[in-house]
Amino acid sequence: MSRFDLRRIGLALAAPVMALVVSVVLVSVVLLVAGHDPVDAFRQMWEFGTQGPQLVNILNKSASYYLAALAVAIGFRMNLFNIGVDGQYQLAAMLAAVLGAAVTLPGPLHVLFIVVVAAVVGALWAGIAGVLKVYRGVSEVISTIMLNFIGGALVAWMLTPQVFANLSNNIVKTPDIPSSGWFPGFSFGDNGTVYGFIIVSALVGIAYWFVLSRTRFGFDLRATGLSESAAVASGVGVRRMVMSAMLLSGAVAGLVGMPLLLGESHSFGQDFPAGIGFVGIAIALLGRNNPIGIAFASLLWSFLDVSNQILDLLGIPKEIVTIMQGTIVLAVVVAYEFTRRLALASEQRRVAAQLGGSLEGDATPPVPAGTGAA
Amino acid sequence: MSQQTAPATERKASAETPAVRLTGITKRFPGVVANKDVSLSVRRGTVHAVVGENGAGKSTLMKILYGMQRPDEGTIELDGVPVSFSSPADAIKAGIGMVHQHFKLADNFTVLENVVLGSEPTSGGRLDVAAASRRIREISDRYGLDVDPDPLVEDLGVGERQRVEILKVLYRGARTLILDEPTAVLVPQEVEELFGALRELTSEGLTVVFISHKLDEVLSVADEITVIRRGTTVGTVLPKDTTPRKLAELMVGSELPSPETRESTVTDRAVLQVENLSVRDRDGRAVVDDVSFAIHAGEVLGIAGVEGNGQSELVDAIMGIRPATGRVVLDGVDISEESTRRRREAGVAFVPEDRMRQGLLLESPLWENRILGHQTLPPNANGVLVDRRHARTDTERIVREYDVRTPSIEVKASALSGGNQQKLIVGREMSGDPKLLLAAHPTRGVDVGAQAAIWDHLRRARAEGLAVLLVSADLDELIGLSDTLRVILRGRFVADADPATVTPEELGSAMTGAGTGTAPAAPSSRPGGHGLVGTGTTGTGDAASETAAEGGEE
Amino acid sequence: MATAVSTPPAGPAQATPARRLLPVWVRPALIWAGILILLSLTRWISGAQDITSSGTAGAALRLAVPILLAGMAGLWSERAGVVNIGIEGMMVLGAWCGAYVALDHGPWAGIVAGAIGGALGGLLHAIATVTFGVDHIVSGVAINLLGPGIARFLSSVVFTNREGGGVTQSPQVPQPSTFTVPGLSDGLASIEKHHLLVISDLAGILGGLVTNVSWMTVLAIVLVPATAFVLWRTRFGLRLRSCGENPWAAESLGVNVYRYKYLGVVSSGAFGGLAGAFLSLVASNYYREGQTGGRGFIGLAAMIFGNWRPGGLLAGAGLFGFTDALQLRQGETSVHALFLALALGLAALGAWWLYRRRTLQGVIALLAAAGSLALYLFTDTVPQQFTQTTPYVTTLLVLALASQRLRMPKADGLPYRRGTAS
Repeated sequence: MSRFDLRRIGLALAAPVMALVVSVVLVSVVLLVAGHDPVDAFRQMWEFGTQGPQLVNILNKSASYYLAALAVAIGFRMNLFNIGVDGQYQLAAMLAAVLGAAVTLPGPLHVLFIVVVAAVVGALWAGIAGVLKVYRGVSEVISTIMLNFIGGALVAWMLTPQVFANLSNNIVKTPDIPSSGWFPGFSFGDNGTVYGFIIVSALVGIAYWFVLSRTRFGFDLRATGLSESAAVASGVGVRRMVMSAMLLSGAVAGLVGMPLLLGESHSFGQDFPAGIGFVGIAIALLGRNNPIGIAFASLLWSFLDVSNQILDLLGIPKEIVTIMQGTIVLAVVVAYEFTRRLALASEQRRVAAQLGGSLEGDATPPVPAGTGAA
Repeated sequence: MSQQTAPATERKASAETPAVRLTGITKRFPGVVANKDVSLSVRRGTVHAVVGENGAGKSTLMKILYGMQRPDEGTIELDGVPVSFSSPADAIKAGIGMVHQHFKLADNFTVLENVVLGSEPTSGGRLDVAAASRRIREISDRYGLDVDPDPLVEDLGVGERQRVEILKVLYRGARTLILDEPTAVLVPQEVEELFGALRELTSEGLTVVFISHKLDEVLSVADEITVIRRGTTVGTVLPKDTTPRKLAELMVGSELPSPETRESTVTDRAVLQVENLSVRDRDGRAVVDDVSFAIHAGEVLGIAGVEGNGQSELVDAIMGIRPATGRVVLDGVDISEESTRRRREAGVAFVPEDRMRQGLLLESPLWENRILGHQTLPPNANGVLVDRRHARTDTERIVREYDVRTPSIEVKASALSGGNQQKLIVGREMSGDPKLLLAAHPTRGVDVGAQAAIWDHLRRARAEGLAVLLVSADLDELIGLSDTLRVILRGRFVADADPATVTPEELGSAMTGAGTGTAPAAPSSRPGGHGLVGTGTTGTGDAASETAAEGGEE
Repeated sequence: MATAVSTPPAGPAQATPARRLLPVWVRPALIWAGILILLSLTRWISGAQDITSSGTAGAALRLAVPILLAGMAGLWSERAGVVNIGIEGMMVLGAWCGAYVALDHGPWAGIVAGAIGGALGGLLHAIATVTFGVDHIVSGVAINLLGPGIARFLSSVVFTNREGGGVTQSPQVPQPSTFTVPGLSDGLASIEKHHLLVISDLAGILGGLVTNVSWMTVLAIVLVPATAFVLWRTRFGLRLRSCGENPWAAESLGVNVYRYKYLGVVSSGAFGGLAGAFLSLVASNYYREGQTGGRGFIGLAAMIFGNWRPGGLLAGAGLFGFTDALQLRQGETSVHALFLALALGLAALGAWWLYRRRTLQGVIALLAAAGSLALYLFTDTVPQQFTQTTPYVTTLLVLALASQRLRMPKADGLPYRRGTAS
């Protein structure tokens, strides 16, 4: 690898590492002030979190988090903020569960059907925001947030006995999907079963990498996110790009509920997890829209989610972990901005030095950062 | 060492002491010396022009005078008193006001709000709008600026906005005004209004320093002219003692290249045909007004015009970036309804005016920038995929052939100097054998060496049959490269020029529509320097433009 | 980055006040009168008496206040050029701090503490966006994550060992007092009972506004003209707004843009904190997790609806509070009746546009009116889940239809660094 690559990787890692350190320090301080031993707390978390059942749990959660983060990252690469992943995946999972329970198809086809329904629903819901943006100039930030609430209300309405759901064991949920619509998992005996859909999640990650960095469409998408004016001059149709990005993002968002739906719950009920969309945003930021970075970030986040259970036994409020997560997000974006400016300045200087001459008076001023669209 | 500067009103201005005197100013930036031992002396109550090419150091000098930069060496004296500024606030207090080239106005605010911002009059904690309004009207009447405090700035035209900028500095008690390329965005009538306002100002005892590279304008309004070249002053002249040509020579430092007769490579085959092309702005006005022309293979059509007369919109329309009416035919195929991508695929290449905004992805490596604009064609693409390997090797070829100075093709585009960035863009656009090249200000902001290289490439491509539409503000570039030269004014072509015989000053006159009102003469009846022919009306009653310009006095 | 609204080119400018033919207040007054008549007719035709009852009006007022304060939070920040979607997080902090301090020091101390708590959140946002140049949306999202987390953590430390408190809620807290205008309240109530067209409706609405009103509500409402005054009539306000319109122009005139951005964002946080404090001290008498319920975003919607101006924001908050009140009380019937109101209103609007020869818009409005009428006639009630979405749907409609006339501060959301002027 050339020197440039090593240095660049180093710089890329610097930010998340810095963020992690900052948040660990901050949380330790808070713990100390509250009269607890931070070292002990972290050690216990680690020991608990790396036990069998917890590891299975971590992988299962990551399967969903990864998809949510990918959905958000597709938007970020285009400088679009899809904050509506929550609404998209809830609607998608609900309708996929309902339709999945209503049809009978041979095994793999049944699963495929459910997945396709979920992706389509997610894409359409995100598409509303896309249409509003392209044709009316409405910011997707506000519209996706509004659609979140509206989607939630739709789900709540559909989850009543009058519409699609049944009351069963005191929980309102949709009818069960027959076993032809189940996705087999990897059993680890007593430790539990890892959702098979995690493979699909990984594949989506690979597809994300491939499409963005190796295809013409991906090039256009990244170019639009980096500089819309340059993309337009190069022939990109911005409206089509925005729609495509929102639809794709929504489609991936629709898949977020699939690991759980196909691997364990087989129906959509009131207890279906919520809020994964916002976690996805945090993870995408932490992983800097990079598929491998996001993977690590998902694992880290899930680890924190799962291992904090042990803190109860120590009399430490679990919420300390939520603070840690929030701090990581803030710290990482600050750190990214920092390292980005550093990297830019240092590269300019290096190039000037290597060319042995002057940077002419019109050296390029720093470009304001987006969301790490690079 | 800094001294407190006394407010402008308290200094005694004597007729002998210059209002502004800069002595021995030197300013260095990393790697470049912007100003070297510059001296400038401006008499009170005059319009003093500072001229020089792009990159000659004029802007830096003015930033120093305005307090936005501090000189490394040298002194500034205002009315004989040495001063030192640590920020624009100091300069403002000392009575210096800068009218920027790019207006700093808040569109959603009224004129009044824009003018008083930062120096608001208050009464009892509230903004004293009435007092401010009174003062603004007073200043406007006194100096003939015709500025009304109430409208929103966004509703004002360009000329009016500029006068608001002027009023801004007058409101703060400026006695010396610096105007940075004020006519760059004005149409000829607005230029006249501005000059009228400047004469009013000086008749009231104010001093104006006027930066420009538009020689004919400078000659018509300035009382004294200082020429700057490569960071130093090369001379101060009086308008009556000089001509545009002599000024130009001072600016460039050598004999202007005399347009040489060269072999014509123009063929009969029309590559681009534009018919009745019109582009309308938001208010429905035609910024490109029913334009028709053709460019043949091997021909360079140069378009000369003051910025803002429709040339950018014309180029954008041909590229498909801007909606337009009319027909655009490329090599016999009607592309009027095609998207930008299809036009590029059909063989249109584009070197944009603003390379950083339209030509490059600054945070991407060079080889990705090579792909930009050509994503769908080999060697960059292979079906649906991007062909990275071939894109990389091709980028290396471009770097070699176009002498792009860079340590590697993995470097981000933003790390390159402007000249090298432009060479990369030119190289990229010329690859893939385009039929038509739209080159907008292709050597703007580019160092002399890169400029010569780019010209060479253009000439070679032209000899091989490329058709080129060249838009430029650099008259030498236009004259030196074009086979056909047309002048655009208010969206129409108003004059044709013969590059072999026209002079920069003739061209400049036609560009500003300030012809001399003489009767049309037969084109070849006067020897030497008569290469300009009017081609029609400008549409708004500007009678002078109908005529051919006079040959310059040598 | 995506700014709040990327507006298509604005239409022709509004006439300056000095050149109006009518006094400024005539047009809004006519609009309000029209709305009153509309609601009155709707009540009369549909029989949904609750629409203009004093109970509804009072509830609407109570529900509107947090939205109003949240919208003001958005306004203060965006007028300084910083997008703040972290209002929810700041509201949570305000709600928590308000409850915590009120427990031992009384409600008004709690209100102050709430404002401070929110302001601290605002300070964090300011540091991230102004000093470190972090993208505004991203920072807002982070604060929305942090706020509830911090609140929960602090609750677990502080509330768990107190009577009635727990990890997700505080013990009961004292509330600020309310007032009722004596003669007026009863008098209006009696007029209301007569169910007369328009007059009783007006009496009902006014009655609700003077009965059992919390003093904090008064505070919130007073802050509206106060904000308008400060931002539009003082030197401070002009400079702050200039940072949202063209910070480079402000910089060139010696304004310290960083300072004003900080002040704007911290004030924004304070308003958010007040909104939260209202929720925990007035709307209920304890802090509970999830109290904010997305009102931070509805507040932003109200701000956009109000075209980034306090007066419009007040109207927007009122509208959202009204629909919220309707659906909370006799949701099914009242919101159903709203379809009729919508039909009548759109019909009137359509007729007006046709009269003004805006044919396409007029026809669309009339078609929409017909649709709304059909919905009214062919359904009996609206499911409760849908009525809850009224503010969100309204926001989307406003954004989608009115984006041409919206005038966001021009430099809103743009990154700014000193010295980067061209």
